[in-house]
Amino acid sequence: MKAGLFIPCYIDQFYPQVGIDTLLLLEKLGVEIESPANQTCCGQPLANSGMEKETTEICSHFIQLFSSYDTIISPSGSCVLHIKEHVPESLHDEAYFHVRDHIYELTEFLTDVLMIEELDGHFPHRVGLHQSCHGLRGLRNGKSSELAGDPSSKARSLLSSLKDIQLVDLDRTDECCGFGGTFSVFEEAVSAQMGKDRIHDHVKNGAEVITAIDMSCLMHMEGVIKRNSHPLRVMHVAEILNFAIS
Amino acid sequence: MKHARAAREFLSNGPRTEWHSQALWYVRQKRDVQKDEIRDWEDLREQASVIKEHTLSNLDQYLEEFETKALKNGIHVHWAVNAKEHNNIVLEILQQAGVRKLVKSKSMLTEECHLNPFLMDKGIDVIESDLGERIIQFADQDPSHIVLPAIHLKKEEVGKLFEKKLNTESGNYDPTYLTGAARKHLREHFVSAEVAMTGVNFAIAESGGFAVCTNEGNADMGVHHAKIHIASMGIEKVIPGKDQLAVFLRLLARSATGQPITTYTSHFQKPAEGKEIHLIIVDNGRSEHLGKDKFWRALKCIRCGACLNTCPVYRRSGGHSYGYTIPGPIGSILTPRVDLKQYSDLPFASSLCGSCTDVCPVKIEIHEQLYQWRQEVYEQKQLSGTKKLGLKVMGRVLARPRLYHRSGKFARKALKISPRFLIYNRMNPWGRSRDLPAPPKQSFQEWYRENRSKS
Repeated sequence: MKAGLFIPCYIDQFYPQVGIDTLLLLEKLGVEIESPANQTCCGQPLANSGMEKETTEICSHFIQLFSSYDTIISPSGSCVLHIKEHVPESLHDEAYFHVRDHIYELTEFLTDVLMIEELDGHFPHRVGLHQSCHGLRGLRNGKSSELAGDPSSKARSLLSSLKDIQLVDLDRTDECCGFGGTFSVFEEAVSAQMGKDRIHDHVKNGAEVITAIDMSCLMHMEGVIKRNSHPLRVMHVAEILNFAIS
Repeated sequence: MKHARAAREFLSNGPRTEWHSQALWYVRQKRDVQKDEIRDWEDLREQASVIKEHTLSNLDQYLEEFETKALKNGIHVHWAVNAKEHNNIVLEILQQAGVRKLVKSKSMLTEECHLNPFLMDKGIDVIESDLGERIIQFADQDPSHIVLPAIHLKKEEVGKLFEKKLNTESGNYDPTYLTGAARKHLREHFVSAEVAMTGVNFAIAESGGFAVCTNEGNADMGVHHAKIHIASMGIEKVIPGKDQLAVFLRLLARSATGQPITTYTSHFQKPAEGKEIHLIIVDNGRSEHLGKDKFWRALKCIRCGACLNTCPVYRRSGGHSYGYTIPGPIGSILTPRVDLKQYSDLPFASSLCGSCTDVCPVKIEIHEQLYQWRQEVYEQKQLSGTKKLGLKVMGRVLARPRLYHRSGKFARKALKISPRFLIYNRMNPWGRSRDLPAPPKQSFQEWYRENRSKS
């Protein structure tokens, strides 16, 4: 199996460590993986603003880069969902369908493809798991609190298998952090308040680290944390898992 | 950007926003308890969705069946193509009966048609009999929620309003006391009204009857005394039969307020001796909506309000920030059809978190429709100029890998060396309440080239 690593633009530019940890983690788990050169973006910032039809060039470049891989893996539920659901219809050909059917968010790949139930690692910290909406309600990498039965998620199962980790229980298990792409700028007031409320939940319940499968949620929350000097930090799930098993 | 501005205004009172958000979250939590009380919740949602899609796909047939049966039952059936026709029909019925007072129970359709101001203009005394509706009528405001119309007001505000309107004790804000005062006041109107009006939750095609759900019994109080009962319904309210009604009655109150069922579910079949029932079936843009391939499923809505209660944006911006009768996620996918230009910002008043979709008892894919309406807004050239320009430039850059790398490198460097005031100012909404990430020296792709590339 030849796997391609898809690193979203904002991770590439602002959080390279998340990309590196994703790569190292997958290598340690025996995945033959490479990151094709010249990656840019999935087009989501434009499409979510109504300009999906202006993303044809971006998406066609994406498909060209990744359609030769057996599997595509990315440390972002949101970007993966976007590729699965909102690539312009004019690009719907065999190459695209291959990409769409073989692209995985990291925890989804670990759980459903590598069939990992437990990881042999150690992370002695109090961790609050933020459920990124697109992974949870879009990719269904778990069950949201709105649906019948108890909420669950692939990220939570993987994290809880680590030794000495304490996953804190939040008052609201999966409320949105308020990032929402361009929503964070055009609805700045609501977006920032949602971020503050989410962080308050984590602080109140004693988290030292907030983690998530999407760095975009964490970038937004980190922004609020830094501005208000809250006593906690953010780490992508890939950073925790790679650190824990080394 | 009207919603964004109104939301900022609403948020400027922090403790009040927190109270509003928490009050609605409490309703969501009650709903969550109920959905796990019955074993087949997800099956019920699926059934409800299928029933509605089937009915909407055969709407002409079911409406005709419903009309035929209703007429047979002795109900007067009126058809209104729009709000104006609807309001005129109501006025005509009142005028023919020589009546100047109308007691109403809650109906979002009459809000949509702006019936009250129309009738009051013609000298009709309109009395809302749902407590929340009566409160906002006293306050001369619009409802801020489709099930809890006065949820934005605190009990102290209601108390002060009642002091003025109902002569209650000054400073007594006890909800039980205030409710008692309202009850006494409303009873006087119930016994003196000759015409009562209700909405319709479900119209049953096989029987020609309809069901009205309330918690206060005010629909019945009004109707039982009055000689004439006027009921208004949108064309999408019809369902095939009573078996299907059972599915919706199990879902409606659980989703709306976290009750197993509404306190009163009143079934109206035929007028009692010497009385009349007038049923007004209203289109008002619905058939046009039904013809929209990507958006017709919004008509499945049973107006439970669960998507409002769960919506993190609605809870923190309040119903009035949407500027339309039906606020929140469901409102944001209904309003663009009403007037795309006026409401072009509403599909953007969402983080697309999808909680609305998962909470919806009839499985409307609300967040996906929000996404699709955004595409329409751009198609119809209603996207704001600055937004469009910025994104177009971004699109250019993201389609060109070398330009993307150069720009990224430049931006990271600029961020690193710029003084704070250059980064955090009015031009940067992100930075108003949030810091930007610390720019790293190397991008991932630069690291990868150095550490992994074969060449």
